[in-house]
Amino acid sequence: MATYSLTVNGQRRTVDADPEMPLLWALRDLLQLTGTKFGCGMALCGSCTVHLDGIATRSCVTPISSVGLRKITTIEGLSPDGRHPVQQAWLAEQVPQCGYCQAGMIMSAAALLAAKPQPSDADIDQVLGQHICRCGTYQRIRRAVHRAAEAKS
Amino acid sequence: MSEPAISRREFVRVSAAAATGLALSFYLPLSAEEKPPAVTPNTWLKIDPTGEISLTVARSEMGQGVRTSLAMILAEELEADWSRIRVVQADLDPKYGNQITGGSGSVRQSWPMLRRAGAAAREMLIATAADKWRVPASECRARESTVEHSSSGRRLSYGELAAKAATLPVPQDPPLKSAKDFRIVGTAVARVDGPRIVTGTATYGLDFTAPGMLYAMIARPAVFGGRVKSFNADATKRVAGVRAAMEVARPELPIPFEGKPGAKGHQHFLWGGVAVVADSTWAAMLGRRALQVEWDDGAAASENSAGMRSAFQEAVSRPGQVVRNDGDAAGAFEHAAHKVEAVYELPFLSHAPMEPPNCTALVRDGRCEIWGPIQNPSGVQAALKMALGLPESAITIHITLLGGGFGRRLNIDFPVEAALVSSAVNAPVKVVWTREDDLAHDYYRPATYHRLRGALDDQKRVTAWWHHIASPSVDLFYEGNISPDAGGVQIVGPGMAAGTVPNYRIDYTHVPSSVPRGWWRAVDLTFNTFVVQAFIDELAAAAGKDPLALRRELIGDASSAPANPERVDPARLLRVLDVAAEKANWGSALPAGRGRGIACAFGWGTYVAYVAEVFVGSGSVRVGRVVAAVDCGQVINPELVKAQVEGGIVFGLSAALYGEITVDGGRVQQSNFDDYPVLRIDQMPKVEVHIVPSAAAPGGMGEPPVPAIAPAVTNAIFAATGKRVRRLPIKVPA
Repeated sequence: MATYSLTVNGQRRTVDADPEMPLLWALRDLLQLTGTKFGCGMALCGSCTVHLDGIATRSCVTPISSVGLRKITTIEGLSPDGRHPVQQAWLAEQVPQCGYCQAGMIMSAAALLAAKPQPSDADIDQVLGQHICRCGTYQRIRRAVHRAAEAKS
Repeated sequence: MSEPAISRREFVRVSAAAATGLALSFYLPLSAEEKPPAVTPNTWLKIDPTGEISLTVARSEMGQGVRTSLAMILAEELEADWSRIRVVQADLDPKYGNQITGGSGSVRQSWPMLRRAGAAAREMLIATAADKWRVPASECRARESTVEHSSSGRRLSYGELAAKAATLPVPQDPPLKSAKDFRIVGTAVARVDGPRIVTGTATYGLDFTAPGMLYAMIARPAVFGGRVKSFNADATKRVAGVRAAMEVARPELPIPFEGKPGAKGHQHFLWGGVAVVADSTWAAMLGRRALQVEWDDGAAASENSAGMRSAFQEAVSRPGQVVRNDGDAAGAFEHAAHKVEAVYELPFLSHAPMEPPNCTALVRDGRCEIWGPIQNPSGVQAALKMALGLPESAITIHITLLGGGFGRRLNIDFPVEAALVSSAVNAPVKVVWTREDDLAHDYYRPATYHRLRGALDDQKRVTAWWHHIASPSVDLFYEGNISPDAGGVQIVGPGMAAGTVPNYRIDYTHVPSSVPRGWWRAVDLTFNTFVVQAFIDELAAAAGKDPLALRRELIGDASSAPANPERVDPARLLRVLDVAAEKANWGSALPAGRGRGIACAFGWGTYVAYVAEVFVGSGSVRVGRVVAAVDCGQVINPELVKAQVEGGIVFGLSAALYGEITVDGGRVQQSNFDDYPVLRIDQMPKVEVHIVPSAAAPGGMGEPPVPAIAPAVTNAIFAATGKRVRRLPIKVPA
């Protein structure tokens, strides 16, 4: 066990954890930030996506000891009021069904738009193709990413 | 399933003291067979003095939008201000009747009762206002949670009227709104859970936390039916954060599937194993990894998929249990001018909802409390009663949001495990499953094997249809015997040939297997629709007919058929086929390497037709576009309908293109989404949904969109290449 000082959604948080504990479980079990989801544990489905210094990262395979000074942003901290352009676009396109995978989708979409404000369909395929939604919301996700891009431009 | 019979006896009652506002309770019938618990109503409409309106929903939300659609129905008749509706999730309680969420039934079953309850409340509010103003009720109207007197313009809000209204007698036969006056039903109201979902604040089972809660993982036998012979937890106990390790027994419980009193019992399959309880999920994972368990594999260790295939081949070489027999299919086939024969195969499938199974339990001091993503709370309670020896009154079940369901969470294994572990440590425990646990310990959509024989006369008319289905039965697994319709083999839904072909026969053979089976979204239609819709295409090719034209011919006069148990309306089925064909430009030419396929399905009161367009390359297939036509009767929310169609297509395509669970040595060979792939956004076809207007009662939408996509795609592959795909998942020859 070791003590880690993390910056999560702009706040300093201290946790005692096994160095190998994935960031996902530290967020969920130790910090009660349950918006970040567990789906596969192998970086195959993207449900656990958070931002580390703005980079979309799979928290299920990121040991807490590797986070260092990087700033962690989770779905709870993406915007102060739930009105990030991606969140608004997600509601406008009525994307979610069960919603379980959507936090990861939204975090990846937000990182994509930050890096590439006008993503092509191929860009969306490349980034969100690393995610899985079993309810089948893909068509709406594509529309929502384009909508968010328009809103930001 | 037939439409629910609506009793006009007391369906609404005043259920709470007037001082708390207007509270109506009303009964939602589950099926025509079930007797309404007339004095134990199962859901409430409540208007508090501030005007907030609560609706308690007693069904589980798994993405189908039930928390939105049921609220919309009620709000419509109530003339409520939609912005002041609040949805409350019901715990399990006998007063709600059966709370199972499945069979695409929530809206179908709730529609009549919710309308009447909303209308009754509206009439009571109007009567209260009219009495206050001393005017006839007929001069008042309700709108947006307000009653207004037309000529004087006086207004009173529902919040102001509720307490007095609750003291009035409940009208037993209130007038219902005409569909043309609907202003909520039929509109694209946003899902009530949307804002919480996009901000990460919605609570799924895995997100639930109880004070002092511990986390557990269970090492379950890899071989179906295996048992713990011995285990050593010395290394486990040295893992920081691990609190305890103990064997979880595998109780053999005679649990009726739906928890129905008097239902025939069955030894429900549970896993058993060794549980590791810890301070965090991660510590429980590490602790489980350090366990040494010696397993008794049992008889299933010799089972494998290749052996099952041989058993299937053997089964269909002989006559099976005859499920339906019109005319003389065998004789007609024997003497036919043209014969068509084919064998179709489909694999076991896992549900793999994005939220893996999990459940939190607290068993202490003679009480049990459960929090989890549950589709079948009454079944869970029945199981817990037996597993823990507690009375029903001591068992409380809270239902969280479900991160997908697809039928997986109809089973009772995950809550029972959690309760057994909690009981052992005397503390609240959340049992977490990994994806690997999920894929290896599911109740799988059964593998099936189909022998088809069709006959054409010299006029190229279909004169015989003989379908022999072999599979490990789901009914046998759940209920201990095979029902007269042979393991839930529905004939008419997928097999529009029933009744229109003079010589028509269905055989069924149960093939034993140790693999647990369960209901998987769209159940038996997922295999039967594929086979029937693909074989109709084979007959069309043999007859030199257009696949749409042959379907029209076979559907033709199904209404006059001797038996039409699901009461298929041929006109509605034809209409969805025609709309899909027209919108997809059916019959127009496509470039080389492309093909178009058509298929349709009926079930749960809803009609669906798809035209799929595919590109076939060397060894690969891509579905570029799907044109869908759906007639689901009265539409509650068109966006929820379209979402279910899009989602049903994705679910069905995942299975058609990739899905396959195989067994070797009695254990599942797939472990995660790398070797059990599902459709991703880069393979998503463009889906176009056309809702066919209909005045019929609402149909279900969760399941009907799944079955027809696989045959539409394989029929399109045939159109593109001349090659038949008769085995799923699809493998296109290079």
